[in-house]
Amino acid sequence: MTEQQQADLRHDVVEAGTTTGLASPSVDVTSDRQNSLWSDAWGDLRRNPLFWIGAVFGLVFLLMALVPQLFARGADPRACDLSSSNQKPSAEHWFGFDQQGCDYLANVVYGARNSLIIGLLAVAVVLVLGVVVGAVAGFDGRWVDGLLSRVTDIFYALPLILGALVVLRSGVLGRGVVAVAVALAVFGWMTAMRLVRSQVIAVKSSDYVAAARAMGASNGRILVRHILPNAVAPVLVYTTITIGVLIAAEATLTFLGVGLQRPAISWGLQIEAGQSLLRTAPHLVLFPSIVLTLTVMAFIMMGDALRDALDPRQRA
Amino acid sequence: MTHLDLSGPTADLVPAGTPLLDVDDLHVEFRTRSGTVHAVNGVSYSLAAGETLAILGESGSGKSVSAQAIMGILETPPAVITGGGIWFQGSNVLEMSAEDQRKIRGPGISMIFQDALSSLNPVYSVGFQIGEMFRVHRGMSKKEARRHAVDLMDRVRIPAAARRVDDYPHQFSGGMRQRVMIAMAIALDPRILIADEPTTALDVTVQAQVMDLLKDLQQETGMGLILITHDLGVVNEVADNVAVMYAGEIVERGTVDDVFTRPAHPYTDGLMSSVPQVEAKGGRLRPIAGQPPNLARIPSGCPFHPRCSRRRLGAEAAPGRECATDAPPLRLVVPGREAACHYSEEVLGVRAP
Repeated sequence: MTEQQQADLRHDVVEAGTTTGLASPSVDVTSDRQNSLWSDAWGDLRRNPLFWIGAVFGLVFLLMALVPQLFARGADPRACDLSSSNQKPSAEHWFGFDQQGCDYLANVVYGARNSLIIGLLAVAVVLVLGVVVGAVAGFDGRWVDGLLSRVTDIFYALPLILGALVVLRSGVLGRGVVAVAVALAVFGWMTAMRLVRSQVIAVKSSDYVAAARAMGASNGRILVRHILPNAVAPVLVYTTITIGVLIAAEATLTFLGVGLQRPAISWGLQIEAGQSLLRTAPHLVLFPSIVLTLTVMAFIMMGDALRDALDPRQRA
Repeated sequence: MTHLDLSGPTADLVPAGTPLLDVDDLHVEFRTRSGTVHAVNGVSYSLAAGETLAILGESGSGKSVSAQAIMGILETPPAVITGGGIWFQGSNVLEMSAEDQRKIRGPGISMIFQDALSSLNPVYSVGFQIGEMFRVHRGMSKKEARRHAVDLMDRVRIPAAARRVDDYPHQFSGGMRQRVMIAMAIALDPRILIADEPTTALDVTVQAQVMDLLKDLQQETGMGLILITHDLGVVNEVADNVAVMYAGEIVERGTVDDVFTRPAHPYTDGLMSSVPQVEAKGGRLRPIAGQPPNLARIPSGCPFHPRCSRRRLGAEAAPGRECATDAPPLRLVVPGREAACHYSEEVLGVRAP
């Protein structure tokens, strides 16, 4: 090969390299700011219809929890008339009446507040506990991991409902909404911890973590900026599903007589009360179940969209 | 002296020829359940500013492990540095605190890896990752860091850098990813750049571009370059000096021209003969017989003797130079050339014109 041929070849190669995935070498700098993980993720979320459907539903239920009067069509959940007990839904009363003869739409709407507080608060505690304990255990390895993993195993040995039952029966936390949420979270964070721990261990040995270390990144930076963003996706999806599980668990606790108590209003209480009347008045179970399902679905949709947005490889 | 002045580019502060790095009798072991693996057994070399040192060896010869020991990124356990010293600009890295060691990484010694895709964090845009070097080490604002990232991407010849700065690693081709990796590694003007098989994952034409780029950057900044590779062609093109490793030891060392034209160690000789020759088209390749040794059970004496065609055993050998029992030290054979073989003169003589 002559010098000239070699030069041509090299030129072609460079050309080929430069045109990979680029239409023109024109330079347009749309913004000066450095894009971060979260701003890019938000840009992606904004274009995801799944996220918007979830967000609209979530917002509706959030509004319902904040200002139930708006949704109750003027009915008072505590103004009851036994003569209309278990009446079926009608044009006047969309969700009918419950056994006590209270307007059921108003009850379901007013139940959103307690159910959402329990679901969201418990899940927040689960997320924080799971991520912190899991990340520390997975990143450190050695004896810290051994210790934290055994503690997690101990909590695993206690069933969610039984553990919460004992805590609530003991009365240390009282019997309010916060107490129920905390009791559920304390016995429900272990799966989140396991998920985060295994992800952190998997990501820890990746080449880009070694590369970050080779370029002088500190341990804290490596864990928070390089490992966690790559490790949180599964736990985010898990927690969105868990919101529904926890709201349902509140219903179970109520059924066992240790959850919220009347005159508190919650979807759990309504489903529990409706169970015994399933044959004569199925709407008593149907309506709170539907709103509960929609709530859980809203969070799952948002969680799915968030997971996709946090993984650039999933972006179109 | 643990506080090193690492501000300013290498070329301004260190005159070419001053040793930047001295590795002295380094030993690294991996302690595993199934026994101790002796990965690096007494490796010594030094690197001057502006010098390119190639460390050549096959897989498992300990070349990458010695580099990771210098970087301080060995997984310990199982790896343990059992002896020797690593002197960076006159201070022993192994005796520094973990925090001081960390401060050297980046502005002092930096590294690029073989597989650029897995070495870049998938969740951040490349501009953000390059910019991170400036934000963290130099305390720049996001805006400034982004501008510097674009400059740096231009410098490593990534086309349309200003447009591609917000793209993610998976959106780049292999050669471009390696350039991003190089941009990150040279962001802080390191004194020393260790390139661990930087072109192995790339095709031949892109290899040449990346090596040219490294060579140009070195001329600009005056950094020392350690090139770890098993690619004889790459060594021949860019390196000044070469150290050939076998079974965790350096078996031959000298300038690239000398070593490649007249090897003084039978192993190097074998490597050179195994390269396909265009003139010998149709002929058979001449491989080195046998397998590289298991580093958990390195042969006694000269580690290469079971595969060596020139070995002398028993009565054949000169006194004290029995290949299976007497380990040959790395010694000066002719000026500028060291080899660890009892019979290097013979190897050289055979190939002499």
